[in-house]
Amino acid sequence: MSRAISTTTLRLQRLLLQRFFQAGLVAWVVGTLTFILTRALPGDMAFRIAAGRYGYEQVDAQAAAAVRAELGLDQSAIAAYFQWFSDLLSLDLGRSLVSGESVVSELYHQLGHSLDLALMAVLLALVIGVPLGILCGLKPNGWLDRAALVAAVALRSLPPFVIGLLLILLFAISLGWLPAAGHGSGGHLWLPALTLALGLAAVSARVSRHSMARVASSPYYAFSRTKGLGERQTLTRHGLRNVAVPVIAYLAVQLVYLVEGVVVIESLFAWPGIGHALVHAVVARDVPMIQGTALVMGLLFVALNTLVDLITLYLDPRRRLA
Amino acid sequence: MNTTRRGFAAGLLCYALFQPMVGFAEERLDVVAPWEINSIDPVQAGHIFGRMQVAETLLDTDLKGNLVPGLATQWSAADDGLSWQFTLREGVHFHDNSEMTVEAVAQSLNRTLNNPGVLSQAEIESIEAVDGGVRISLAAPYSALPALMTHYSTQILAPAAYGEDGKVQELIATGPFRIVSLQTPQRLEAERFDDYWGEAPEIPAVSYLAAPRGETRALMAQSGDADIAFTLDAASQARLRMTPSVELFAEPIPRTVTVKLNAAREGFDSVEERRALSLAINRQGIARGVMRVEDAATDQLMPAGLGAWHLDGLGQPEQDLEEARNLLASQGWAPGEDGILQLDGKPFSVTLTTFADRPELPVIATALQEQWSQLGVDVSVNVGNSSEIPSSHQDGSLDMGLLARNFGLVPDPLATIRQDFGPEGGDWGAMNWNSSELEGIVSELVNATDESRKASLAHDAAEILHDQLPVIAVASYVQTAAVNARLNGFAIDPFERSYRLSELSWEAE
Repeated sequence: MSRAISTTTLRLQRLLLQRFFQAGLVAWVVGTLTFILTRALPGDMAFRIAAGRYGYEQVDAQAAAAVRAELGLDQSAIAAYFQWFSDLLSLDLGRSLVSGESVVSELYHQLGHSLDLALMAVLLALVIGVPLGILCGLKPNGWLDRAALVAAVALRSLPPFVIGLLLILLFAISLGWLPAAGHGSGGHLWLPALTLALGLAAVSARVSRHSMARVASSPYYAFSRTKGLGERQTLTRHGLRNVAVPVIAYLAVQLVYLVEGVVVIESLFAWPGIGHALVHAVVARDVPMIQGTALVMGLLFVALNTLVDLITLYLDPRRRLA
Repeated sequence: MNTTRRGFAAGLLCYALFQPMVGFAEERLDVVAPWEINSIDPVQAGHIFGRMQVAETLLDTDLKGNLVPGLATQWSAADDGLSWQFTLREGVHFHDNSEMTVEAVAQSLNRTLNNPGVLSQAEIESIEAVDGGVRISLAAPYSALPALMTHYSTQILAPAAYGEDGKVQELIATGPFRIVSLQTPQRLEAERFDDYWGEAPEIPAVSYLAAPRGETRALMAQSGDADIAFTLDAASQARLRMTPSVELFAEPIPRTVTVKLNAAREGFDSVEERRALSLAINRQGIARGVMRVEDAATDQLMPAGLGAWHLDGLGQPEQDLEEARNLLASQGWAPGEDGILQLDGKPFSVTLTTFADRPELPVIATALQEQWSQLGVDVSVNVGNSSEIPSSHQDGSLDMGLLARNFGLVPDPLATIRQDFGPEGGDWGAMNWNSSELEGIVSELVNATDESRKASLAHDAAEILHDQLPVIAVASYVQTAAVNARLNGFAIDPFERSYRLSELSWEAE
């Protein structure tokens, strides 16, 4: 037993260390890439930032010159890059060029809204997708399984934007149950979260269906039935935990969908999150905001992947001992 | 899981699902529009604070664009035109209940002066507090100065609104609505301000939401989540017309789609060539197909609402390819083997630069490309971002630019005309074109005080621009709004200065 614990701790240490380095690498790569890309965007930076601040019609050469002088846009790209990097090492993300607020405080607000949305979407996806998948997996190729397959293919092939519009038409216009868009009260979270959740649930349902079907046809599952356990007991004792591992692991892969979906969905539902902020920062050429937002999204990705690794490690003791 | 626990979970879910509906504020008026609240500073985002009637300026406009008293009750220029005095309204309170003093107003205006914006058009030397008002001293006379004092960047904030670094910390202004919460860049909530100097609004609370997508705004109006939704796309308008709980409003606004020409470039350097390009445009087609408004076709910079700046009796602009071809031929252009016009062996190939901040512009650009190709002009379209037009104007590399120009930023178009058609041209106006006649008119207008003289000068200026075509007008804009049918008294302000929420009321149920 003591050997098992020490291997577990060792694996855990190795995993966290690995992820830590990965986070550092992601931060550097994302920062450098966004820096190069924003510099490569067409148009004059000073004009663009001035347009973001004052509206493009207020902007003339004079306003652009004022912005250029204020922000020191004349310094060379290399100098600006090293400046950003040294600021990053002291955990200073700078100030938004448009609003003048510190990037950290802006991100703090926006990230909170996005995490609310993402968390709710994942929970809904698990609530909808996994039980459905398990039911299908217990009777593979039954009518429910076939119907769920069609639904999953349809939901996954529709872009989140279209799903969102359809949900608004159904729940806000036809039924009048939920507010169409905006934020402020709890009710506003449901439609954007459900939009994201349906796309996620489509995959989760298929993965859990396959996983359940595999577990249900395994010898240990048959044996537990043979030794006299009821259907429900077999499922809870020998089924669920085995089914959960691939479902959770696949959720990590789907996080990409979530990150991408958040950008589109937040715009559609006027939800004040980080994806929305990123789009606007790119349009306004707000370099510190772009870098900060991309950095946080990148790090979040690493963090969530780490979390998923830890959960699967907890669920599946074989991985700990391997 | 036993039945009790399952029942409890289901109950909890239902509660969570339906709980938010209970709290909907029935009396609050919700506005949704595409414009984000970029900042808490009126210099940057004052258009929203002005429209929501949170902050006010010294002067105001009525629905026709006439100047009316705002926080100032009277204004007059000294005889030499070099100083203006604005008498402040008495008994005005800021939202923190402090009184509006002349010093506070002078401080607020001086801060605006130190930022880029419309005030730079008048050569302002100083803004000082004097007994009963503020005095603005100029280096040269400028008759449109009162009009500048309606611009949102000149909104008056309380001294307590600014932090030690001079940045706006809190929006403490004087309007009929006081901010309750402000979440940049999307949301603003305000309540009725009981100490307002004017008539108190009937509506107790208002909110503003920036929703960038047109579909979202239309759906919010349809579902009743928004009481007023601005800027609707054509497809949504058709659907909303069939929704009984919603009324649609449309109003032409002084914003015009124009083509800016580099008049130093071969092909644009004579009036005949510029007129040929203008004649070849199928404006009705663009109005119907792209703007989706029949009356949007125009060959004038200013819409009918702008008095003498609009020339009456010109009729609808018609496409005339025959005449256009003749005009180009008279300048020596002849079709080459590939059908493209040539002059001295050089083809008529130009680049039309535009930007996507306004989604209709790239579409209009490609329509123009097609229409001019019928003349034998080879146009390539470059869709970039809005900064390319002023920056390529500055370095001289621009051929032609397609843009949307707002002549109503301040209610006197003179401010924009002077900026766009001065001797050096303007970033959003003429390029390498000038007219000594127009300069004479503008410099007289800047000093003029007599209204009928001003009108005749404005008319002459509009005629010069219409005949000389330093920029070609293509289409005008129409602002649209979907409004809750239970709301009384709604009207669109063509200058988009105010949503006039304080004048609205709910119909009794």
